[in-house]
Amino acid sequence: MAGIGPALLNSLDIGLLLFIIAVGLNIVFGVLNIINFAHGALYMLGAYLAFTLINLAGMPFWVALLLAPLGVAIIAVVLDRVLLRFIYSRDVADSLLLTFAILLIINESVRMIWGSGIHVVQPPDLLAGSVELLGSPVSTYSLFVIVVGLLMLAGLWYLFNRTRIGRTMRAAALDRDMAEALCINTRLVVTGVFAFGAWLAAIGGVVAAPMRALDPGMGDKIIIESFIVVVIGGLGSFPGALIGALILGFIHGFGGRYLPEVNLLLPFLGMALVLLFKPNGLMGKGAHA
Amino acid sequence: MKTKILMVLLALVIVALVAVPWVASYFFIFIATEILILGLFAASFNVIFGYTGMLSFGHAAFFGIGSYATALVLIHLEWPFLACLLVSMGVSAVLALIIGFLSVRLNEVYFAMLTLAFGMMVFAIAYQWRSVTNGSDGLAGFILKDFGLGLDLTLGNPSVYYHVVLAIVGIAAVVLYIICRSSFGMVLKAIRQNPERVSFAGLNVRSYRLAAFVIGGTFAGLAGGLIAPFLRVASPELLHWSMSAEPVLMSILGGTGYFLGPFVGSALFVLLETVITSYTESWMLVLGIILALMVVFFRKGLLGTVLDWWLEIKK
Repeated sequence: MAGIGPALLNSLDIGLLLFIIAVGLNIVFGVLNIINFAHGALYMLGAYLAFTLINLAGMPFWVALLLAPLGVAIIAVVLDRVLLRFIYSRDVADSLLLTFAILLIINESVRMIWGSGIHVVQPPDLLAGSVELLGSPVSTYSLFVIVVGLLMLAGLWYLFNRTRIGRTMRAAALDRDMAEALCINTRLVVTGVFAFGAWLAAIGGVVAAPMRALDPGMGDKIIIESFIVVVIGGLGSFPGALIGALILGFIHGFGGRYLPEVNLLLPFLGMALVLLFKPNGLMGKGAHA
Repeated sequence: MKTKILMVLLALVIVALVAVPWVASYFFIFIATEILILGLFAASFNVIFGYTGMLSFGHAAFFGIGSYATALVLIHLEWPFLACLLVSMGVSAVLALIIGFLSVRLNEVYFAMLTLAFGMMVFAIAYQWRSVTNGSDGLAGFILKDFGLGLDLTLGNPSVYYHVVLAIVGIAAVVLYIICRSSFGMVLKAIRQNPERVSFAGLNVRSYRLAAFVIGGTFAGLAGGLIAPFLRVASPELLHWSMSAEPVLMSILGGTGYFLGPFVGSALFVLLETVITSYTESWMLVLGIILALMVVFFRKGLLGTVLDWWLEIKK
């Protein structure tokens, strides 16, 4: 079973990348109670902005990793102020539909701006090679993705448990009116949380860019994956997002290698099985709707 | 008075629909056929969403499996078309019963996600089970021999096929309308507005939801059976979640609270698509903007907004 090591590593890098993306979706749901169908499109925007900054503006990868997510966060602020503010008080179906409309708009804009062809982003020289790990060569970039995932995990945990901003977000999630009464500007929190979710999606996009080819359908693929992650883990649950992402990472890492004839089916099968036995996901706290 | 005008309007639309092959070119016959089939697909979805309030994101599963059922029966058994359609409805009903049984107990968001998961499972099976479904290429090369019931129709002729579709969609729409207007349909509407109250009234919400889901799935299967000979292929694309989004869009565009809303929506959708794609490739961009405006400002859809406005000035 020489394939287990690489499959394990592969599962981890897919899983942690999915965690970065899905946790943004989850935070937005947890605080704002909206399902952001456009989350995958924001991920794609992150990747394409990074492509432009690196290949057309000649910036180093690291600068793109800093700037592209900021750009996407600014776009998210505009979306929040122009469209989403109308539907925060409505039911979840409206948010699904409106963000689906935003998804169509972003997808088509990307196609208009960058074309429907495939674009490629090279990893920075530092991460281009491979290293020897436990007797087999491992791509440095995979390790980088794992490190970024773990850093984000630690950072988010710290943010939500140890900082005032994190506590404010949690307060707004639990009881909007009470937070308002405590002089928290909830309007600002709402915009901030949506932009933060978009920023996380875009980080995922920039990190994924050197691993995957960029095409206008990449957001649609990742949004379904993110849904699976948060539904398996439980909507609104932070540890749930991690567990869901790792489970899906393992399904991809091992399923693709050992069960190629049914690998497309496996993620959905996993999600359906979890929902049948735990209707609110593995770590879900209860019905939201 | 107002209802009379509306009835006359409806009658005129029906006459116009029947007359299409004699007055319009082949291009518009194709467009009209597509509108009718997708309208039925959207109307079947609206039983689940507009009437019962369940946002299903896997409705294409029933549409797609209906198209595969008709294609498979035509290829392997060469049955009359009507029999193929009945098989499509039966297969979709069974699938809807299974998926619905497992999904309807979940609340809004999880319901949407679980139907999405099941829909994509069916998609994945159609995509990877090559020996039966021919994988990503789909099933093609089937021919319609006869219609059934001893009727002598040349179904290969687009205008004949259009009239067959019109008749079947018309009958299906009447059946759906009767279901929606019955006391059963009233319960569905009540469930959308307040499931707890319906439950307190002693009705089993879950079985009503399941019944609505199966009815919606069955008629989606019929629409799928009609689309396969129209497109001359049954392919995995018909099962993909982006296909599930189409009846959602059509219902919203037309108006989910009205029986004819999804049909108006499908006409609007197909016509807009045809017109816009003749000017620019960015049809989806325009669609996205229209959908966003509809969701934010015109929640009742085109039909609802126009009806409201018309009833208002006529007062």
